[in-house]
Amino acid sequence: MKKLQNSLYVTRQESYLHKERETIVIKQGKDKLAQFPAHAVANIFCFGQISVSPFLMGYCGEQGIGLVFFTEYGKFLARIQGRQSGNVLLRREQYRVSDKDALCLDIARSIVLAKIANSRRVLQREVRNKGAHPALDEAIARLANCLRRCERPDSLDVLRGLEGEAAAIYFGVFNQLLKQDGFEFKGRVRRPPTDPVNALLSFLYTLVTQEISSALQGVGLDPYVGYLHVDRPGRVGLALDILEEFRAWWCDRLALTLINRKEVKTSDFDIEASGAVRLKEDARRKVLVAYQEKKQEEISHPFLNEKVQVGLLPHCQALILARHLRGDLQHYPPFSVR
Amino acid sequence: MEEERLIPLSALQHYIYCPRQCALIHIERFWAENYWTAQGRVLHQRTDEGKPEQRAHTRIERSVEVISHELGVQGVLDVLEINLQDMTYTPVEYKRGKPKVTNCDRVQLCAQALCLEEMRGVRIDSAAIWYWEVRQREWVELDPALRAETLDVISQVQALFSSQRTPRAVYGKYCLACSLKDECQPKAMQEDTADQYLRGMLEP
Repeated sequence: MKKLQNSLYVTRQESYLHKERETIVIKQGKDKLAQFPAHAVANIFCFGQISVSPFLMGYCGEQGIGLVFFTEYGKFLARIQGRQSGNVLLRREQYRVSDKDALCLDIARSIVLAKIANSRRVLQREVRNKGAHPALDEAIARLANCLRRCERPDSLDVLRGLEGEAAAIYFGVFNQLLKQDGFEFKGRVRRPPTDPVNALLSFLYTLVTQEISSALQGVGLDPYVGYLHVDRPGRVGLALDILEEFRAWWCDRLALTLINRKEVKTSDFDIEASGAVRLKEDARRKVLVAYQEKKQEEISHPFLNEKVQVGLLPHCQALILARHLRGDLQHYPPFSVR
Repeated sequence: MEEERLIPLSALQHYIYCPRQCALIHIERFWAENYWTAQGRVLHQRTDEGKPEQRAHTRIERSVEVISHELGVQGVLDVLEINLQDMTYTPVEYKRGKPKVTNCDRVQLCAQALCLEEMRGVRIDSAAIWYWEVRQREWVELDPALRAETLDVISQVQALFSSQRTPRAVYGKYCLACSLKDECQPKAMQEDTADQYLRGMLEP
């Protein structure tokens, strides 16, 4: 597989990034903080008050380097996109499929199958490590039932119903996986998250979504036109589709590890007047380091049967989806851990 | 007016190497650099940058754009040597490797010559390939057999382009040296096992 390149996370406020010959330079005022060879960087993620020179932006566009801006708290703001890569025929195929319910349903079904199977694996792992647990055992059995009912769903609505049901079962027992006092999960809350667990999950989901968007763009797909997610202006529907495959296995497990190993504590979060809970800056850095380490882990890709680094999984799935749309594969094989 | 889709000269060589590689590069617009392509690119910087020059009775032009509307091909040839005494044209192609078993380099060269013949109304009997690895020029006779083969490859590439379909992968030893191996996934894509894979997921 191709090499996983570095991602640059810039969290230091009021930094300025620019290009100096073939390197990327990070400055704060007149001080040079760091300098990296540009060809080794695949993504630059800027959090908060970070500015970037137009020439570096242009270079990123040209080289296919993902340049993404977030607020200080990790809310997505914008991404810089250079000339559209890839092939117009592929995108036409992507849109054509999105207009045909039966084809949409086929891809969406693959994705939901993987989402449920991967959530179930997270619970199974807990039982395997910690021994039988009545509530978890029941959830595992009910998820298996959801999986079977996904075999031939009648419509996208039926499928989305099954997905919702499975999510309710899974998040219904998620609190049982948390082993640190002060962290309690009562259900998924978004926009804004109102407890530390949800804040951490939302942050990780946003990070992975951006990587998926870059990967889709990289193989020439349009991240905005999805199959499971209905088109909505400004929403990266296809990236969110692929994210479903990774939520439990990648993000949730990482959040659990960080909490259960006490690498993040309740004091790492700010509570705003509105009740919104956010990661503090130092904690965000810790999470990013752990996230970056996770990306370097190697696994065997279940469909490609090839060793890949976790950070390349979005690229692999984007590639496989493109191959399905171009007719190499009759169905879309999603990422599903064994 | 519909603009004609010209075939890049490089596509002919890609097609002979592997039709799927040709489709991935020219239809799907994938390009990945590996050691070999990077070396080739660096090597070409020399031929690409030079200004025209004259040595004795030979004028040397570099990076010459050529086109044949009749054949629908277009591209750039590395070096064109023109003998100013008898006005014979000799295209010279630079390759980083050594002479190959297949005719891929010769076909590309022949297509360049066919373009020149159409553009300048001349006849070209021979051309040359300079191989960096062995540092030697190989002379290529543009005989009827090579011309026929070149026309045949051009029409096959035309058919591939108008079908807009990427041929299925056929895994072989040549895949190891291919820079598009990771995008092509020849092993995973030569047989469609997606159905089997999905059914495996349904049996928890």
